[in-house]
This record gives sequence, C-alpha cells and structure tokens, in this order.
Amino acid sequence: MQSPQTLTRSGLDFSTVIVLLITVLGALWALFAAAFAPDAAMKGQSWLILGGFLTGLLLLVGSVTSGGVETDEREYNENLVKAGVIASLFWAAAGLLVGVIIAFQLAFPILNIEDWGFTSFGRLRPLHTSAVIFAFGGNVLIATSFYVVQRTCRTRIAGGIWPWFVFWGYQFFIVMAASGYLVGITQSREYAEPEWYADIWLTLVWVAYLLVFLGTLWKRKEPHIYVANWFYLAFIVTIAMLHIINNLAVPVSFFGSHSYSLFSGVQDALTQWWYGHNAVGFFLTAGFLGIMYYFIPKRVNRPVYSYRLSIIHFWSLIFIYIWAGPHHLHYTALPEWAQTLGMAFSIMLWMPSWGGMINGLMTLSGAWDKLRTDPVVRMLVISVAFYGMSTFEGPVMSIRAVNALSHYTDWTVGHVHSGALGWVGFVSFGALYCLVPWLWKKAGMYSKALVDWHFWIATFGILLYITSMWVAGIMQGLMWRAYNSLGFLEYSFVETVEAMHISYIIRAVGGLLYLAGALIMIYNVYRTIRSDVTEADESVSPQPAQIPA
Amino acid sequence: MYSLLASFAQTWGMLLFVALFTGALTYALWPRNQQRFDEAARLPLNDSDEPIIESASEDQAHV
Repeated sequence: MQSPQTLTRSGLDFSTVIVLLITVLGALWALFAAAFAPDAAMKGQSWLILGGFLTGLLLLVGSVTSGGVETDEREYNENLVKAGVIASLFWAAAGLLVGVIIAFQLAFPILNIEDWGFTSFGRLRPLHTSAVIFAFGGNVLIATSFYVVQRTCRTRIAGGIWPWFVFWGYQFFIVMAASGYLVGITQSREYAEPEWYADIWLTLVWVAYLLVFLGTLWKRKEPHIYVANWFYLAFIVTIAMLHIINNLAVPVSFFGSHSYSLFSGVQDALTQWWYGHNAVGFFLTAGFLGIMYYFIPKRVNRPVYSYRLSIIHFWSLIFIYIWAGPHHLHYTALPEWAQTLGMAFSIMLWMPSWGGMINGLMTLSGAWDKLRTDPVVRMLVISVAFYGMSTFEGPVMSIRAVNALSHYTDWTVGHVHSGALGWVGFVSFGALYCLVPWLWKKAGMYSKALVDWHFWIATFGILLYITSMWVAGIMQGLMWRAYNSLGFLEYSFVETVEAMHISYIIRAVGGLLYLAGALIMIYNVYRTIRSDVTEADESVSPQPAQIPA
Repeated sequence: MYSLLASFAQTWGMLLFVALFTGALTYALWPRNQQRFDEAARLPLNDSDEPIIESASEDQAHV
C-alpha cells in the first residue's frame, strides 16, 4: 500500500506536531503582544514576529501535505547544508555591508541621518556585529557542523524535522533581533543585545541544535568521534551555557520588550565579559577550529598533522579559555586578583592556540605546492596564519600594562577584525568554496580566477583595515595619556578624533574591499550552482531533486 | 554561600580540574592509542557519499 517514497518521509509525526504547537503558541503570543504591548517599538515588532510564525506555519503545512520531511537513512541530508550555505552567503553580504556603512559613518558623521533614528551608528553597530558573528558565522557553523557530523559519523542527521527547525528558527531569531535593534530594542549587553523574548526563542532553537547534534553522534556508525565534532560540540554546549546565564533577566511585562538583568554592578560586568570573551573563545574559535580540522585535511587530502596534538589542543583550549574574560575589566571595580587571573589565563592561551595553528599548517607538509595551485587552500592557510597572529596579539593586549594603552582604543577594533576577517571570515569562505562543488555535485567552482580575485582583494582589505587601526589605536592611546609640563591633559578628546580621521577612511576602504571580495564569491557560487561549470561531471552520484521542507 | 563556593573552587574544584586535564593528556599521549588515532585521523579522507546502513536495506526490499 505504501510506496517507498512515503517510507522515507516523516509524515505528521510526533516531532512535527510539537513544532506545529510551538509555532501556533508563538503566533498567539505575537498576536496578543500586537494588541497589548506597552511600548510602541514592541507593537511594531510583534507584527513582524507574527509574520514570522505564520510563515513558519505555512512552511510546516506545505511540508506535511507533501508527506513530511525526508528521512531516508540511506543518504545524507545535504539539502539542509545547501540551505545553510546560501543563508551564510546572504548574511555575509548583509553583515559586511552594514559594517562598511558604519565605517563610513565614523569617518563622515553626516551619514547618521538625523531624521531617521534607525540610521544612527548606535543602532547599526549591533546590527553589524550580530549579522557578521551570529548570522554569517552562526550559519556557517550550523551548516558545516551538520555536514561534518554526518560525514564523519557515517550516518544521516538525527531528528527528522528538528534540524530544519534549527535552521529556520535560527534565521527567524536573526531577523527578530536585527529588526529590534533598528527600532531601538536592546538590552545593551555586548554581543547579547537581543531582548528577553528573542533570547528565549534562541534558547529553544539552541537546545534543539544540541539534541540534534548529540542524537547524530549517538547513532554514529564509526567507533571514534572525529576531533572536529569535539570542537563543534564544545561550541554548542558552551554557547548554550553562556547564553542562558548572561541573559538571566526579568521582563518588565509579558508583552513588552524591556527587561532588567538579574545581575548588577561589577558582577554584571564580569558576567557580561565572561560571556563576551567566551563568545570569542567558543563561537569564533572552537567552532571554526572544527571547520579547520575537517576542511583542511579534506581539501589537501592528508590526515591532520598530529591527531594527538589535536586532542591536547582541544582540552587545553577548553580548560583555559573560560577564565580569560576578566582581562576586559582591567583597572575597574573588579578585584585585582580576578583581573590578574584573567590576564594569566589569557597568556596561557598562547600554547593551545599556537599548537593548533601549527597542527593546521603542518597538515600541508608534503602538499605545500597546493598553496600555489589551489586558491581555496591558500585561503584556508592564510586564515590559520591570521588565527596565529591574532591569538598572539590578544594575550599581549591582555597584559595589564599593555591594556592601559590599548583598551578603549581602535587597536582593540583592529585586533578583533584581524581575527574576524582574517581567521573566521577566510576559514568560512574556504569551507564554503569546498562545500559548494561537493554539495551541488560539480567538478569545481565556476571560476578559479574569481576565487583568486576574492582572495587577493579581501587580503588587501584586511591589511588596510588592521594597519590603519593599529596606527589609529596606538596614537589615540598615547594622546589620551599625554600630559603637558603643568600636569594637564595635552589633548582634548575631539583632537584625538580629528587625528584619526584619515585612519578611519583607510579602514572604511579596507572594509569595502573585503565586501567586494564576498560579492565576487556570491557571484561565483551563483554561477556554479546554475551549472555553468565547464568541466562539470554530472555522473557523480546524482542528488534526488527534492525541495526542502 | 560565597565562602563555601570559593573554598570548594580553590581546593577540590582545582584538584578535580587538574585530574581531568591530566587524564585527557594521558589519554592523548598513551603510546598504545597511536594506532587508533592514526585511523581516526583518516576519517574525513575515507568517507563515501552514502551513510553506512546495517540491515536497513533488507527492510526496504520487502515493501
């Protein structure tokens, strides 16, 4: 009676009913919020949230009427990864574009349009950081982790509809958070600006992500859990912990946007930077190291240089990183022993960071020629080099005496971007350049030359960015601490701003180049997917042409 | 409460972490694990385009 087709689809199973229930409850909450929200911003927001849940409902109904999501254990779920690749590229363009806009705003303040509040730097800046870190980076991590965990466990992703819930739920979180910033909804916590309702939604999505990942590990067909999965798992677990504790807050009302943190004073500051630095350590480092440990060996077709070192790298990173946060609070009300602890652990991070960098780079031994012939390998390798560079710079800046000069200056901004553009950005682009031909079954990218152009334009952009910020930051720091012979400050604040004008312009141009590189990539990926690859080999394992639910 | 947590963290908590970390190091450096690690390192390189299925293919055949 049943055709094989229906056997490999979930139908209206228990999980689907739960997701349906979540969506309906969410829509009801949004409807009530639209009617009763005490603040005007939330009234507008709730219509958008309602729209999101209704779209989800439509997707669900569409999926169920076509038999549910695919669950064929005989093949990997690659549609899920494809969706993640496309979402990553979309958010890369959006996040980098906003970055370029705010860079120009700093150089030319007139670009903050007075009558349009949403164009002000204060609202666009969290939009930029969230879009590049969580939207772009997060989608890359979710997509690659779903790919890697399936391949290295030799089993289809677990959970039926849940991985799709994770994917769409995460996009919805991004839209909810980002649109909130524009109308002024923020809880003003660094890298954790979304308000309580968005935080609760992300918690739900993230717990589902954790369970999907664990479920896939549980049903693995390989006895060993490959090291990349350890890094991904550490990233998922730690982010869950950080997100929940940092966002402990009491909403003012059930339908309003505002909430108050459970912590106050220096405890609040420490919680924020415990979260903030470990967002760097576990989101932007551990997760992307998972990418490094899978994609570099795979691309150069060599096992990782030392598997032993990768295990030591993993455990020492996990044990040390979590303590480094207090280095953000030097010379504050935080007890000095805590500051020293943060500084000491930051310096200890040199060892695992450089151990990991050496492990990634040495994986190429015997295949160094690929640096010359394969621009994707070049991108992956330079990302690891930037990882080494920024994890050298970071501990230096965490030393209290250096921090006295560097903190609150643009040196910090330069440091963050050498890590973000150089390490996170390049390792992501490298992984995506690998994934696109693998997923869409092509012999290679549409144009290798365009990959090369992307690489050189973006690298030049990063160099402009970080060198201008080094100069700007150190100059700014020195000007702030300069005294004249009478003991007065030598410079007023605005004089330091004026002195940095040229650096700000150079930085904005660097960012523009980096964005240009990403746009070249998007064009290249589009042409690859559109089957414009000349040497395409269509015979390799054809994909069932099914539309994802 | 603070002193209780602090004294635990400074004694047993620290010892526990040192023990756990030593355990991880021992596992990583234990000579007999070398062969397993060599195999594990080849995991990404040996994958095929299909998952491993045990006995599920028979079920499908009877439909």
